[in-house]
Amino acid sequence: MVKRAARLRLPPLPRWAVVCIWVAVTAIFAAILYRLTKGMNHGILNPKGEIAERQRNLLAFAAALSLLVIVPVYAMLFAFVWRYREGHKRSYKPNWDTHKVYETIWWGIPIMIIGILAAVTWVTSHSLDPYKPLASSKSPVQIQAVAMNWKWLFIYPEQNIASVNEVVIPTNTPVEFTITSDGPMNSFWIPQLAGQIYAMSGMSTKLHINAYDVGSYKGLSSNISGTGFSDMKFAVRAMHQTDYEQWISTAYASHDALNETVYSQLRKPSINNPVALYRVISSDLYDTIIARYMHPDSSQVKTTEENQPSQTKLPTSQDTDHPMHDMGGM
Amino acid sequence: MSQSATAVVAHSKETFGFWLYLMTDCLVFATLFATFAVLRSATAGGVTGADIFSLPFVLTETMVLLASSFAVGMAVVAANANKRRPMLRWLAATGLLGAVFLGMELWEFTVLYQEGHIWTKSAFLSSYFGLVGTHGLHILTGLIWLAALMGHALKHDLSNRAKQRILYFSLFWHFLDVIWICIFTVVYLMGVV
Amino acid sequence: MNLLASILGDRMSWDYFWHGWVQFGGQAATIGGALAVVAGLTYFKKWGYIWREWLTSLDAKKIGVMYTVVAVVMLLRGFGDAVMMRLQQMLASGDSKGFLDAEHFQQVFTAHGTIMIFFVAMGLMFGLINLVLPLMLGARDVAFPLLNSISFYLYLAGFVLVNLSLVYGEFGAVGWLAYPPLSELQFSPGPGVDYWLWSIQIAGIGSTLSAINFIVTILRMRCKGMTLMRMPVFAWSIFATMILTLAAFPMLTGSLFMLSLDRMMGMHYFTSELGGNAMMYINLIWAWGHPEVYILVLPAFGIYSEVVATFARKKLFGYTSMVWALMAIALFSYLVWAHHFFTMGAGGNVNAFFGIMTMIIAIPTGVKVFNWLFTLYKGRIRFDAPMWWFVAFVTTFLIGGATGVMLAVPAIDFQVHNSLFLVAHFHNTIIGGVVFGYFAGLTYWFPKIFGFKLHERLGKLAASLWIAGFFMAFIPIYILGFLGATRRLEKFDPSYGWQPLFIASAIGTAVIGLAVATQLVQLGYSIWKRKQLQDKTGDPWNGRTLEWSVPSPAPEYNFARLPVVHSRDAWWHAKQGQANIYEGAYRDFELPKNTGTGVAIGIAATIFGFAAIWHLWWLCVVAVTMVVWVLVRRMMNEDTEVLVTAAQARKLDATRKAAA
Repeated sequence: MVKRAARLRLPPLPRWAVVCIWVAVTAIFAAILYRLTKGMNHGILNPKGEIAERQRNLLAFAAALSLLVIVPVYAMLFAFVWRYREGHKRSYKPNWDTHKVYETIWWGIPIMIIGILAAVTWVTSHSLDPYKPLASSKSPVQIQAVAMNWKWLFIYPEQNIASVNEVVIPTNTPVEFTITSDGPMNSFWIPQLAGQIYAMSGMSTKLHINAYDVGSYKGLSSNISGTGFSDMKFAVRAMHQTDYEQWISTAYASHDALNETVYSQLRKPSINNPVALYRVISSDLYDTIIARYMHPDSSQVKTTEENQPSQTKLPTSQDTDHPMHDMGGM
Repeated sequence: MSQSATAVVAHSKETFGFWLYLMTDCLVFATLFATFAVLRSATAGGVTGADIFSLPFVLTETMVLLASSFAVGMAVVAANANKRRPMLRWLAATGLLGAVFLGMELWEFTVLYQEGHIWTKSAFLSSYFGLVGTHGLHILTGLIWLAALMGHALKHDLSNRAKQRILYFSLFWHFLDVIWICIFTVVYLMGVV
Repeated sequence: MNLLASILGDRMSWDYFWHGWVQFGGQAATIGGALAVVAGLTYFKKWGYIWREWLTSLDAKKIGVMYTVVAVVMLLRGFGDAVMMRLQQMLASGDSKGFLDAEHFQQVFTAHGTIMIFFVAMGLMFGLINLVLPLMLGARDVAFPLLNSISFYLYLAGFVLVNLSLVYGEFGAVGWLAYPPLSELQFSPGPGVDYWLWSIQIAGIGSTLSAINFIVTILRMRCKGMTLMRMPVFAWSIFATMILTLAAFPMLTGSLFMLSLDRMMGMHYFTSELGGNAMMYINLIWAWGHPEVYILVLPAFGIYSEVVATFARKKLFGYTSMVWALMAIALFSYLVWAHHFFTMGAGGNVNAFFGIMTMIIAIPTGVKVFNWLFTLYKGRIRFDAPMWWFVAFVTTFLIGGATGVMLAVPAIDFQVHNSLFLVAHFHNTIIGGVVFGYFAGLTYWFPKIFGFKLHERLGKLAASLWIAGFFMAFIPIYILGFLGATRRLEKFDPSYGWQPLFIASAIGTAVIGLAVATQLVQLGYSIWKRKQLQDKTGDPWNGRTLEWSVPSPAPEYNFARLPVVHSRDAWWHAKQGQANIYEGAYRDFELPKNTGTGVAIGIAATIFGFAAIWHLWWLCVVAVTMVVWVLVRRMMNEDTEVLVTAAQARKLDATRKAAA
């Protein structure tokens, strides 16, 4: 078999050449990627807000921890396959298949690493819970975000204004987003300010952010919601308190009032909706949107507290702030 | 290995496999039960279980199914004693009682339908019809299987193979009984109480 | 006209034949492919051969080959979808719209995910199990050969439906798990989601039946002397996987059933109206979905265990640890599903619990990697093609595992969930873990099934191209995730500056394309040169387990005499003269006769699926009646087995040995 096939073959590459090719390919590829990503500073690795920064630091910590495993394993893999390739003169122990100490070590090391990470996970799952208000001397700005087909509506209940596909926030002030959907599920995400949370019809989720710097940040939906999904993006403009107040009054002076008729127009599916500003007349617009999907149980007709309409969705839920408490623990 | 030893091995494999199948079916029902448990109070302002269930009727239904489960047990006993005629009679009783059960269930559904309590009205009604209806479909499958078994037994002598099949059928039938008891408790009893 | 309307229902329409030129390409390819197969079989007069030798065969190895062929066809289609996505995202920046509209792009990625998981990975897995599990256990067949055939045809029915959606209708545009309410009638009124539903529903039922079959095979069919702790680790991995399948797939069946009731009968299980609860679906689907990824990867772990021990010429290190690790992974995979939706707002306690459970899986997985490494240590490693796949696996999977642990930390997950980082992560584990593993397995066991090896150097070239292409395609995707790119975008704002990275990724995909082409060339070239590549010994790699003790290709009955084993790696010890595994006398045995039952049930299932998709209720009834009729007929049939006498067995064995 070998002889006839051998005539057709290219001469086999020497091992060192194979290694050199791999190293060269890797180096070129790394250089290209470095060149391509140079100057890109709008992602989660360049946070501009408190939560995103802490999340980035946590990511760096977890990455460093995993390198503790990756590096030695890579080293061992390449060392072993090189040293014990066929033809070596080192010891060959075909029946050596168990070693109590070694096996204890490699059950032990991952257990320790995961133990550390688990402790960190426990702490950060609570400290970085998106529902947790941020510590600040200022009281948080309330904004209600509604995912619609296919645009984002932001309602400022205290200022009685609303905006579409753009949200303006003051810097260095905590902002509390209360989020729902008037349509399919979406996910509310501003990568440079904080991690995402789902927007679901008939219930509210929460996200707290605090932007450090003035600037415009991209916000988007990261959960597929239909044809216009790719255009479900919005601009987050963080500005100084005075500019922010200026913006509020401009919006309030807007000629368009967001009444029922206008809302039902807005509710129709549309793609790439232009940025728009509205005065808001009804103070319970957000609750009306949620109530559209709510059907109180006849078994327990209770009055629902404001801003916690998720209560009736899941009747046995103890913690109204977390609509999933009940389900996740199943 | 002799022929009978091969048969024993085959039987043990099949019985084991059939139990595994029952487990998977049980999990399908578990999924439906879990969803029912979540949706039972999602009545969307419409009727609740207490409004539409009639316990005496369902209790009668339950008794009929239990009786048919007893009948299939007797059929297995008769089959093992190689008594073909009594076995056929017990199988016929099983089928008849099963058909009565299915008829009662359909009647219950028809009444609900006529009163306008249909599955499109609320999540509770969807999960109710879905769960009970799936059990009903299983009963229907069982009845078809039973008819085939009886057709076979009418024409042929009782072979070991036929006896095994009757055993598997009885396992299936008892299983449906157990599921029904769960439905009776979770859907009807707890729905009314 | 009225009659026609009542026959065809109100859903079918001519419009579903024409969507546009891009879609026409898919239609042409599907119809062309099917016609080519039919024409080829007719021209070469092979219908009888295909029917007798393959379609009606109950030989597990042949069923395994059929699974593999279908899975490879689907791999090509799924890869085609991947290429379309890469091209679209490379092109669609700013004013350029690319060549796919949003709806079509969404269908493409839904099909890609569905196909790769259900029809490629599952298909290759069941293929490999059928090819080698009975041989490894010293058994002549699986426990229920007919059930095995039925499972295959249910899988094939799913395959037909998924491809039919290319020709008539559309596919779901909702992502591979079709979250409601988007997948409900309100937002997806067309037949696309129904194609998705019924193709995987039918294939999934086949998977459940297979699980029953293989569990009974492992627990009741092992040869004499093969205790559980003497089983090859591959068999253990199948055992763990099939327990997972048995316990997970019914949940998929149930969830899909409820979603289909919503869509067919207007129920409100998961709608956003009248009390429906979409979160329940998301919980249920992931209660199946997370075990599912371990269902795919555990057999690959089993394959690596066999490959490493064989090519290092050394006993597998830490067998007991390996078995416990497998079982631990299987158990924990049930306790982690909620990590797929930390972003639902479940609160710190719930998220932390599921996060920590998820990381715990990294422990047994890490142990397995160390055990493989120490199997190499002090071995004598031969670098045949399967070993290249193993090295490719460790280098990629390690990174996938690390990014997985990062995703398991809820506070990190909020930032990378549904981003391209996540996409890169699961491709990292599925390509690195599952795909490379199955390629290793196919290369390794190919000679046992076909009697000749795959060409070695082309195999090594393919492995090299795959790993280089993989990193070139997915490192940019990881980076894009860090830059805030979400998954499933058919276009993006040019100001984000993502395009160069998408181009880099597309180039990587082209390299993977070269790798796939190399594999096809490898297969073709190996068939052409099969004489030179012939495996005359039955043991081309100096193997350790029972399948290498029989001639290649393995005979239909696997073993003329059933082996008796006294240790792990029984064949290795037999070769060293430490024990004789074939010592008893020849005995009579029975083989299952061919039957068309599976084919008939597959056809009925396809008809049922098609009818349910297009709301042709009368046709559903016809299909169900057909199944009942076929099963009853089969029950009445007493003549299902053929006896091979001891004398015949002896003669067969002698002929095979003489030929070798």
